[in-house]
Amino acid sequence: MERKTKVHAEAGKQVLTITREFDLPVELLFKAHTEAELLEQWMGTKVLKLEAKKHGSWQIETSFPNGNLAFRASGVFHEIIPNQKIIRTFEMENIFDVQLEFFDFERLTGDVSKLTMQFVFRSLALRDQMLQMPFAQGLNMAHNRLQEILNQIK
Amino acid sequence: MNLRRDVFQAIADPTRRAILLLVASQSMTAGAIAANFDSARPTISKHLQILTECELLRQEQSGREVHYYLNAKRMKAIADFLEPFRNLWDDRFNKLESVMKNVKSKK
Repeated sequence: MERKTKVHAEAGKQVLTITREFDLPVELLFKAHTEAELLEQWMGTKVLKLEAKKHGSWQIETSFPNGNLAFRASGVFHEIIPNQKIIRTFEMENIFDVQLEFFDFERLTGDVSKLTMQFVFRSLALRDQMLQMPFAQGLNMAHNRLQEILNQIK
Repeated sequence: MNLRRDVFQAIADPTRRAILLLVASQSMTAGAIAANFDSARPTISKHLQILTECELLRQEQSGREVHYYLNAKRMKAIADFLEPFRNLWDDRFNKLESVMKNVKSKK
């Protein structure tokens, strides 16, 4: 399958850009980011709190397949413009310094949309650490489990 | 010293990136590389030194001349660095797409 997700880590900049085109209307793409139940399904995390509004806060909890807690992450929303933009902070509690995240939602056609995420880190070193996250594997395992659940529903 | 970070700093400079592109196709002497730039020769020498120090370039002596080669293995290390992270998001987004298609069809 063709890889549609692109990650760009410009040399010397503490920014990480991730882009992806979706075979979905922009409204659904946006909705997947602002409704707890949906976010839980595709992120494979438990959503403890998701106040999708300006100055609202959010908190998620991710576990390994054996049930052990991998990490909690949280932040606040600085701006939410439906189907266009989300600006929020993201912090892995007790693991990483906070980062600033910009999500730009774009309608390409009625059924195709594009998401551009920019993560801004405090330092280059922090960005590079984020890229080497040791528990990425654990998250993938959680996702595989989710895929199995989804397959059963279909 | 974090070598990996040094590599990122090495490729942060546009002139150094251009040098890497130049030697990607063929090995070149410092003089031949410098001839492609308006910068002073010592400036190019400095860039070559940085690229060599972080192992993106290899030097090889042939007679009186030093040729610079691209260290493909080191370049690949930079790409590999991003790959697991990219895979992680690709998986997430594939899931997002299938979850939301399901939402759409239920409407």
